[in-house]
Amino acid sequence: MSFMAAVALVVRKDLVIETRSREVVYTALLFAVSCVLVFAFGFVNEGRADPAAAAAILWIAIAFSGTLALGRIFDRERQNETMRALLLAPVARPAIYVGKLAGVLSLLLMVQAIVVPLVALWFQAELFRHASLVIALLATGSLGYAAVGTLFAAMLARTRGRGALLPVLLYPVTIPVIIAGVKGTVALLQAEPNLAIARAWLMMLIAFDAVFITLALWIFEPAMAE
Amino acid sequence: MEPLDFTSLTFTDVTRNFGRRRALNRVSFSCEAGQIVALLGANGAGKSTLLSIAATMLEPSSGAVLYGDHSARSAGAALRARIGVLGHDLYIYPELTAFENLAFFGRLYGMTDVDRAVAEALLRAGLEDRASEAVSSFSRGMRQRLALERALLHSPRLLLLDEPFTGLDDASSSALRDRLQAARDRGALVIVTTHDLEAIEALVDTAFVLNCGRLQPLAAGAESLRVRYRRYS
Amino acid sequence: MSKVFAPLLVVCGAMFFYAPFLIVGAPYEATMGLVQKIFYFHVPSAMTLFLSAFVAGIASAIFLFAGRPAADRVAAAAAEIAVVLGIIVLVSGPLWARKAWGVWWQWDARLTSTLVMWLVFQSYLLLRRYGGPGSERLAAAVAIFGAALVPFVYWSVNLWRTVHPNTNVVPTLAPSMRGPFWFCVAAFLCLYVLLLTLRTALESRRSELDALYLALED
Repeated sequence: MSFMAAVALVVRKDLVIETRSREVVYTALLFAVSCVLVFAFGFVNEGRADPAAAAAILWIAIAFSGTLALGRIFDRERQNETMRALLLAPVARPAIYVGKLAGVLSLLLMVQAIVVPLVALWFQAELFRHASLVIALLATGSLGYAAVGTLFAAMLARTRGRGALLPVLLYPVTIPVIIAGVKGTVALLQAEPNLAIARAWLMMLIAFDAVFITLALWIFEPAMAE
Repeated sequence: MEPLDFTSLTFTDVTRNFGRRRALNRVSFSCEAGQIVALLGANGAGKSTLLSIAATMLEPSSGAVLYGDHSARSAGAALRARIGVLGHDLYIYPELTAFENLAFFGRLYGMTDVDRAVAEALLRAGLEDRASEAVSSFSRGMRQRLALERALLHSPRLLLLDEPFTGLDDASSSALRDRLQAARDRGALVIVTTHDLEAIEALVDTAFVLNCGRLQPLAAGAESLRVRYRRYS
Repeated sequence: MSKVFAPLLVVCGAMFFYAPFLIVGAPYEATMGLVQKIFYFHVPSAMTLFLSAFVAGIASAIFLFAGRPAADRVAAAAAEIAVVLGIIVLVSGPLWARKAWGVWWQWDARLTSTLVMWLVFQSYLLLRRYGGPGSERLAAAVAIFGAALVPFVYWSVNLWRTVHPNTNVVPTLAPSMRGPFWFCVAAFLCLYVLLLTLRTALESRRSELDALYLALED
């Protein structure tokens, strides 16, 4: 079974499960929207809000709903010990990681498809002025966050560690990603958008993704052994 | 991935520790393909640990496990393709249908002509009319039958079953015995842990007893398994 | 205990005894005066913190890929020391900032990087404590990511700084300050080696104890 075929198989399986129950999509989406709403009440003054607030809220909503989604996705594998069944199968272990990562990433991007317009609307933030850069920032940031999150969540599922530990482990390590995402978005939301700064942050995110995905692929196999 | 095969399983001085607890203590045994081996012992004796190590899910703290001439570490994925496991937790996805579960694992194990194999497996399990229903609606016995088919789908050389008779009614129990016999006749090496000694009485070729992590062969004899087993407790 | 321990202890003690004298003898810095002298302990502890982060990361990599349990013990020790050093830096930093610039906290590159690294290794310790059996490998992954994170944290916070300039001026050391500074760095390195040896020895004792419990069952 080739690497990509195994990845495709895992992704398809998760997709079928998710479209049947839609549980994770709905809860993550609802959570993100509620998050944004609460912050909107706090930060929006007379219909306008500081661009920094809009950017920060966007990325916080992504981070929080990402953690929720990761928890739910791996709880499923924990329930019937299907994680073990996957590890028992004659596929390259990193393929399981990539498959899961693809699932988590698509979920994050789906949530963002709703949350980004909402933030633009409620915070009067000009997120679509430089749409391609915003999309690039969101995509690379989500990839970095999901890469680390998938590894940690998978390991917690394997050792039957408490799911509550996931945020404790994930947030410190992904702080550079969040900083980069927020600062890049702020640069684009200002009255005079600073494209050079936004691009600089994008570079950092791309480098982060490259390094951490490579590390995760290396680490996944020995880390999943017992 | 070249196909790999083996005809024997050998444990040599295998020890497994969990922190301060020794689950397996210098376990040594050997079995050949075409045998049904019973692994007996009280709860907590280490039977599941031994099966997990045989399945390559756990690594021994010391000692060696050989599949023919191969070790788990060197053979990797090719070895896993020849092992089938029916664990305590069944390893099936409740949200998927019976057909989808088997098809997923069949493809994962690189089988060709998966759909036909799955249809046959469902027929053997007596689940062909529930094939398109989500497993979450199945009873425990039905899930067990499905999980067994999942373990057997790719015709494994080594079949490991952890308490497979739990919760089965007489009909299913007898069907399971038939499947195990067929597997043995096909040349598989079957290792079963169970408390239901009467169920496997007629099938067993060799039996071992695990007592506080130590393994001993069960003495051969004309008496029933239960009588012989009682001598060890 | 290794033979080098006792002499190292003496040397380290002597260095820390002598350090204040050197610091007093060093010249006052132009703008900050006496307060700046915190720098002689603050910066070496930060340097040692990052050193410890790398030690923990590399030891964790050896543990995960080569399977040596001794490496895991070193990693656990290094992570704990990193957290302690982090506390020293995070306490001395605000004390300095308060007196020098009137604010308790500065979002400058160094302090923020230290805070993030401290959080990462604190989460490592929490995981080892509350993660349950088999969490050593996950902790090792966290440590490897933590060590790999160091350049990124620095990069992101530095880039952030160029957008928001602030009053923290990177001290360019006057020659007469270099002597005491590097002496303190050496003293902290000495202390680090000492603490790492001690703490790793404690972990070795623990695993020896586990082995003894296991031997009981034989």
